[in-house]
Amino acid sequence: MRNGMHKSALVLALLAAGAVSALAAGSEDDFKAAYAAAEAANKEAGKLRNQWTTTANTLAAAKKAADAGDFDKATAAAKEAEALAKASIFQATSEKTRWKDMEIR
Amino acid sequence: MKLRYAIYLASAALAFGMLTLASTLPSGAADKVDPVADAKAFKKFFTDKFPKVKLEDFVNGPYSMNEDLHRQWQEKEQFPPYEFSLEMGKEMFSKPFKNGKTYADCFPNGGIGVRQNYPYFDEKEGKVITLELALNRCREANGEAPYSYVKDEMAALTAYMAFTSRGKPMDIKIPDDPRALAAYENGKEYFYTRRGQLNFSCAACHVQSPGERIRAEILAPALGIVNAMPIYRSEWSGMGTTSRRFTTCNSQIRGVPLNPQDDEYRNVEYYLSYVSNGLPISGPGARP
Ligand code: HEC
Repeated sequence: MRNGMHKSALVLALLAAGAVSALAAGSEDDFKAAYAAAEAANKEAGKLRNQWTTTANTLAAAKKAADAGDFDKATAAAKEAEALAKASIFQATSEKTRWKDMEIR
Repeated sequence: MKLRYAIYLASAALAFGMLTLASTLPSGAADKVDPVADAKAFKKFFTDKFPKVKLEDFVNGPYSMNEDLHRQWQEKEQFPPYEFSLEMGKEMFSKPFKNGKTYADCFPNGGIGVRQNYPYFDEKEGKVITLELALNRCREANGEAPYSYVKDEMAALTAYMAFTSRGKPMDIKIPDDPRALAAYENGKEYFYTRRGQLNFSCAACHVQSPGERIRAEILAPALGIVNAMPIYRSEWSGMGTTSRRFTTCNSQIRGVPLNPQDDEYRNVEYYLSYVSNGLPISGPGARP
């Protein structure tokens, strides 16, 4: 359990670092799926009151590339946006307890 | 602090946080909320950190942080750049609404010398009411459209009200109501919670780094940080309300700001004002 958690955390960290862009490729369908996943994650971050401006900007960049017909670029950007949104969800969730470490007492 | 370096650090910290989270969960039973002890510890933290700064001077934000800046502040106060806004606010405040009533009808003591009591906890509604919110509610109750929370009209009205309270000690009450205590605690949580891609909390800048430079600006200490609102800022070439300041502080760390006067902002203002009780109202303020 603990190990599993570490591993997925690492993957998430790598994703957030943008390592994902090299892996992305694809068609309009790939883009649509990636974009929907990114939007869903960003919506989740919104429920946690913790969206990042960079997620919104990257989503917008994905859309722009798709409109220009560059689905490789669009899919890569959508995946990056999803990684950013997931990192913001992670941040909001972990801060639920961690904020107390900073408190002046 | 170089921004790129800050981002690098923040991302590294976040990634590191992800890796270490599994081993740091959870810390056990919730501590009791004790605002009196909090406020005492808060003041002690800042007076220990800046032993040369007089308690009442913290309200001057960046200008309290060293003597050079303090001198700049004194010079600025001779021809205060908020003067125009103050005049405008005074005029707006006394001008009747279409129904003949005025702002004075909505506030205790006709709205004069009461700024130090805001925000307050409304026990009927179960929520924190800030001065900006109370002003817009007054407008709406009298058939007028609310003002933008981040623009000049709201800044002018709050500037005038702050001016009539200058020198009065901040005096925020937490009534004996579990909802009031919860609002206070939520405000505290918001203040210390890291957010945005840069992974900063309000405290990371205004508790850990006051007096330090971030790009061209000197960070204000969190103690008394709302006492000078609203503020004139050269960088804005104009006035900024508390709402404008809070949302700007969120977007500069790449967090999407909430809507002005959302619960989180009301609560964090309640918290920051409460722990600054006793420090004088100094608004409107002028900033570099
Ligand atoms: C990245 C650092 C940073 C973070 C995080 C940050 N601020 Fe600020 N804040 C600034 C800077 C820069 C200024 C302008 C210089 C100054 O006055 O400190 C400022 C100014 C302010 C002021 C006006 C102070 C004055 O006297 O002029 C208030 C109030 C304020 N911040 C509240 C907040 C709150 C509440 C949060 C959390 C939601 C927050 N800040 C988060 C950097 C930050």
